[in-house]
Amino acid sequence: MASLAPTFGRGAMTNHWVDIKNANVIVVMGGNAAEAHPCGFKWVTEAKAHNQAKFIVIDPRFTRSAALADIYVPIRTGTDIAFLGGVINYLLSHDKIQHEYVKAYTNAALIVNEGYKFEDGLFSGYDAPTHKYDRSSWVYEMGTDGYAKIDETFQHPRCVLNLLKQHYARYTPEVVANITGTPKEQFLQVCEILATTAVPTLTTTFMYALGWTQHSVGSQMIRAAAMVQLLLGNVGMPGGGINALRGHSNIQGLTDLGLLSNLLPGYLTLAADKETDYQAYLDKRTSKPLRPNQFNYWSNYPKFHVSLMKAWWGDKATKENNWCYDYLPKMDMGYDILRHFELMNQGKMNGYFCQGFNPLASIPNKQKLIAGLSKLKFLVVIDPLATDTSCFWENHGEYNDVDSAKIMTEVIRLPSSCFAEENGSLTNSGRWLQWHWKGQEPPGEAMDDAAIIANIFLRLRELYRKEGGAFPDPILNLTWPYKIPDAPSAEELAMEYNGKALADLTDPKDPTKVILKAGQQVDGYGQLKDDGTTASGCWLFSGSFTEKGNMMARRDNSDPSGLGNTLNWAFAWPANRRILYNRASADPTGKPWDPNRRLVWWDGTKWTGVDVPDFKADSAPSEGMSPFIMQAEGLGRLFALDNMAEGPFPEHYEPFETPIGTNPLHPKVVSNPAARVFKGDFEQFGKTDKFPYAGTTYRLTEHFHYWTKHARLAAITQPEQFVEIGEELAKEKGIKAGDMVKVSSNRGQIKAKAVVTKRIKPLQVDGKTIHHVGVPIHWGFKGIAKPGYLANTLTPVVGDANSQTPEFKSFLVNVEKV
Amino acid sequence: MPLQSLDITRRSATTTASPHQRQTAEVAKLIDVSKCIGCKACQVACMEWNDVRDEIGSNAGVLDNPPDLSGASWTVMRYSEVEPEPGKLEWLIRKDGCMHCTDPGCLKACPAPGAIIQYSNGIVDFHEENCIGCGYCITGCPFNIPRISKKDGKVYKCTLCSDRIAVGLEPACIKACPTGSLVFGTKEDMKQHAADRIVDLNRRGYPNAGLYDPPGVGGTHVMYVLQHADRPNLYHGLPKDPAISPMVALWKGVTKPLMSLGIGLAVLAGFFHYVKAGPNEVEEEETEK
Repeated sequence: MASLAPTFGRGAMTNHWVDIKNANVIVVMGGNAAEAHPCGFKWVTEAKAHNQAKFIVIDPRFTRSAALADIYVPIRTGTDIAFLGGVINYLLSHDKIQHEYVKAYTNAALIVNEGYKFEDGLFSGYDAPTHKYDRSSWVYEMGTDGYAKIDETFQHPRCVLNLLKQHYARYTPEVVANITGTPKEQFLQVCEILATTAVPTLTTTFMYALGWTQHSVGSQMIRAAAMVQLLLGNVGMPGGGINALRGHSNIQGLTDLGLLSNLLPGYLTLAADKETDYQAYLDKRTSKPLRPNQFNYWSNYPKFHVSLMKAWWGDKATKENNWCYDYLPKMDMGYDILRHFELMNQGKMNGYFCQGFNPLASIPNKQKLIAGLSKLKFLVVIDPLATDTSCFWENHGEYNDVDSAKIMTEVIRLPSSCFAEENGSLTNSGRWLQWHWKGQEPPGEAMDDAAIIANIFLRLRELYRKEGGAFPDPILNLTWPYKIPDAPSAEELAMEYNGKALADLTDPKDPTKVILKAGQQVDGYGQLKDDGTTASGCWLFSGSFTEKGNMMARRDNSDPSGLGNTLNWAFAWPANRRILYNRASADPTGKPWDPNRRLVWWDGTKWTGVDVPDFKADSAPSEGMSPFIMQAEGLGRLFALDNMAEGPFPEHYEPFETPIGTNPLHPKVVSNPAARVFKGDFEQFGKTDKFPYAGTTYRLTEHFHYWTKHARLAAITQPEQFVEIGEELAKEKGIKAGDMVKVSSNRGQIKAKAVVTKRIKPLQVDGKTIHHVGVPIHWGFKGIAKPGYLANTLTPVVGDANSQTPEFKSFLVNVEKV
Repeated sequence: MPLQSLDITRRSATTTASPHQRQTAEVAKLIDVSKCIGCKACQVACMEWNDVRDEIGSNAGVLDNPPDLSGASWTVMRYSEVEPEPGKLEWLIRKDGCMHCTDPGCLKACPAPGAIIQYSNGIVDFHEENCIGCGYCITGCPFNIPRISKKDGKVYKCTLCSDRIAVGLEPACIKACPTGSLVFGTKEDMKQHAADRIVDLNRRGYPNAGLYDPPGVGGTHVMYVLQHADRPNLYHGLPKDPAISPMVALWKGVTKPLMSLGIGLAVLAGFFHYVKAGPNEVEEEETEK
């Protein structure tokens, strides 16, 4: 998400599951959809069967997805930017880009500030001691008119297109093959196939998941693919896009509702410590257009923010008190999950609430996690299952060898209901909010999560009421309008997210006409106001529960266009749009690029089509408004400006534990220079002398994370922990299929059965032979599957420089027969 | 479409005539290996619908699990890593289970009256209450499918969800399959569906793609679309020309009366033994943990 928003404007899958069937070329890279998303994968088989789609899989392992691929291409883990940079170089040097699209819809022609540089692996502005960039030179050159300068002839040496060519000229097929281990011929074969979709009537779609996000350069891998898609003119098109397949049925909903420490609902952002001035906070986030006549949607930031504050603090939020701005916490630093455990270890975090989350299994370096949890005063776990985290203090022999007597942490388990035991909505990868209904009552004393949180809140509020405290106002004044205060219903919460009018709302064009009466649900976020007359708990979800009812509960799958845009099935944010940036599916004059895949078009007076136009409905093509309406310049960004931590163009950096020990492009800058590494974690990185193989973790289709080891049927189909190694390595190490092996990293070791396979082949990289060792993650010391080791015993503590997603996909291990 | 008739056309070790008042369309399950991702949803659906649970086993160095068919696993995925052309790896994943032969070797071999039956829609079903656990059906099966249950000593296999078909539902595995690899319908329709798939596979560089509906057993009511129909052996040893073992033919011909006599004598001997020695004490089977 940290890559798609800077590139296109929104951090989400651009298209949706059903739309995969419209693709002509499907690339699964940085993911394994057949394994991890078997239900959604049906649209790949559909595209192959009925759209004659070519299907390419690029992965270190020949995966279940690869089993159905027309072309499988091996790649060394962690080198996807080298591969995709090579693709960009190929497309530019072979003139295989969709020229009209690139010129009109991307920032290729915009001119970059002259301070911008890239030399020897570093962009301009690097500060070595802090591992941070001063990003002030990564901007456009501004004209005297206040807009970014442009050169539509592409002559200017610093126009984005020329900088792009210059940057990726280094990524020749030979360099790509040397870094990635992908044979040159196979790399070129992929380039040729992708290049066929540079025409307006053919599209490629990319499907990825944690195989891209879980790297120290994960966001930039995704961005590299997004740039390929912009060059090919495949964004906004049916059958195109960059499709983020989320790893959990509602993880999209989690980010949408702002459950990351730096976010508020709807991708509004928390203020930093120093941002004490409300107007300055708003001004910084209310973007100014960078090109003339642009929609610049974030200019509406104050409307969404004020409506959120009204939803939270009701009448207490007034213009005079800046809508309770002072109630919001201000961040002194990012509180991501890696930081949590760092702070626990430093003794600075003493209590921890853990809801629907099993961090002991999900965060790198188990040893550090146990140490951190052991220092807590209390740990509250809200979960339907007795998770490994909730039992971290139990001794389970070699699988969890702790001294229980020495752990003083008080652990409180609050049993919650399962998804099938409650009403609610799940937001899928394609941004559909789909309502679901309770199938049965939860067992025993289990309660749904909202009731658990409500009970805690009501007790806390009572304590604050009785005992006061430093600043009880935000708690005491929080609106709590639920019919049963200690059990808010899913419907009530959904209506609150959608938002309502607090006063009669009139038509802006005709103030005598009342369009919504006070108390009525808004139809969409277009009606939200910054004057306190509307409330909305998450502007992005506006339109999902209106006066017409629960739009998420709709189940009409009629599909008049045949493109799979079922507008009356559930609700898709934003505004029920199914394909984001769909204005770009039509040419600059408003005519669909592909007459056979007509999505939206200009009918002479307005934008219309088989999807909800992602555009200002009455903006004629002649007005020159560009399709990426969330961006200040309206364009897809080949150059990311200052929005990425490690540079405006993706650059290949090695994993922090690199099996080749160098970076062939720039040996002095081996790994991501802007990544954050805590003291102590750096010392725990391993080297190839002791740990010569490239380890990578992944999921199996038989299991879901660490839940299904508690489920008998799943345990039957994959009962016991194993690792996968190639036949060549197995031979070298004298390991036979079914042998027990020990896999170790500099942080710990696990034991597991060996699956010896032809599906993992050694790769030739920078003059060395590189073997991969595959480590499926699903085992642990709780559950009914055979007990096993938590795989993150092995993994290193370093995250992506933008999202801090841990580098689970690339690390160093050794493997030995036990 | 009257797929759901449970009229029986053949019964093991029985000579009374079968009903033929009604005409039933032949059904078939089509397994398109080229669309199978080996997710095992079919295995789980089979266990759920039929309410059987295999044991939580161990890993034997392959992804296959449970490792083989059993009294509680009536279908399993077979994973084969093969190189049909040198250097070109393919991972062929085949759902294994009863093929529901038109000419069922198991039924022919079965000495227990009514233990194995064939419905007019083509489904071959085991009626375990009549099963004597002799295992002849296993010898009779050219695909090595039936398994004796450790729990009750009787033989089990895929029923093609005859109980679901009887009320107009598709088999549980079909319903669970996420990719459209498994489809179900009349045999004619399935052949047509397969023909379309073969055109697609031919176009993708599989000139020998084809339908597996082996004539040696009169055709089957579970059929495969194979990328390499000329080499079914690549798919975890799927037999190229399956036929009923000559031993079964022999048994059905000359030796059957003799064997029947032998069984009769054994039963008689058993009876006298029972009268003299009383019933056998059988220890209760260890309950599953």
